[in-house]
Amino acid sequence: MRRRSVILLGLGGAASAAAFTLGLGAWRSREGVLARQDPRLPLPLSLMDWRLTDHRGNAVSPDDWIGRPAMVFFGFTWCPDVCPTTLLDISDWLEELGSDADDLTVALITVDPERDRPEVLADYLANFDPRITGLTGTSDQVGSAAEGFRVTYQKVPREGEDYTMNHTAGVFLFHRDGRFGGIVDFHEDRRYTIPKIRRMLG
Amino acid sequence: MKTLILAFVLLGAAPAAFACESVSVGGITVQQPWSRVSIGTQRPGVLYLTIRNDGPADDALTAVSTPAAETPMLHETVVSDGIASMPHVMQVPVPAGETVELRPGGYHGMLMGLTGPLEEGATFPVTLTFATAGEITIPVQVLSMRAEGPECDDGQ
Ligand SMILES: [Cu+2]
Repeated sequence: MRRRSVILLGLGGAASAAAFTLGLGAWRSREGVLARQDPRLPLPLSLMDWRLTDHRGNAVSPDDWIGRPAMVFFGFTWCPDVCPTTLLDISDWLEELGSDADDLTVALITVDPERDRPEVLADYLANFDPRITGLTGTSDQVGSAAEGFRVTYQKVPREGEDYTMNHTAGVFLFHRDGRFGGIVDFHEDRRYTIPKIRRMLG
Repeated sequence: MKTLILAFVLLGAAPAAFACESVSVGGITVQQPWSRVSIGTQRPGVLYLTIRNDGPADDALTAVSTPAAETPMLHETVVSDGIASMPHVMQVPVPAGETVELRPGGYHGMLMGLTGPLEEGATFPVTLTFATAGEITIPVQVLSMRAEGPECDDGQ
């Protein structure tokens, strides 16, 4: 985490220096901005390009989230271990934040759209904090979302027709204006997590 | 909604006494076995428990069997370079004098092919096979989806 913030500061410094020397027109083009993003970190929501369907059947795109802070993670409901554990952690954070988090967009994006259809997500999420939204789509749509968040996932076949998914495990935080705000790592101590989320809410 | 969730949590906590049972064979003690409620039978179920080895020699959990699932397996959730995966493990080592947990986000029993839905408050037996201690059968309590473990008086 420490290393990440150092990288971010470094980028910020380089960016302001470059902004002086370069013409601002070229600097502001989408391609120009994209080319300067750290390839390991999620893009700002404003630069992402995806369209998914939530567990209530509504279309969602990154623009819909700008204006509110957001907390996003990838997973799939066929895993009985990581997924419920992450959802339980998040439900606990939301409980601790109380109504302060009512403004927060909280979304699970499935990496297993084949099985996690909207109604399947709805069934599953009924067990957790009602502020958590589930998102799915076609495999291409999920692929585009994963690209924006710099998330990787992979189908791992098991016996017969069965399979499981390997996937990026962190929870991504975004500021109100869509800027990437940090990652909560799997099993991170909640003493660090709650203040991190509060910074997004402020 | 809040009351509903609260009721759910209380229901999960009330019958937890069963999950506080422990069974010993030789130096191996198995305790706090629990599982989570399943949604139907399509998704795999999960098995968590604690193993204590008070014996003089290392041992290892090598297999799980249960009438609750066709293909129970031992898995370990591993997060490496930020990627979560859940490889199958051949055994869970239980070194002499140590306590090893099957717990959320680590080692777990993966109950593939549930033979029936796991309902909150129900119990089902599992038989654990150890390399040295042999077999131990223990009832597993099904807790709520939001359970993070049984609440027992003595942690160990
Ligand atoms: Cu597993």
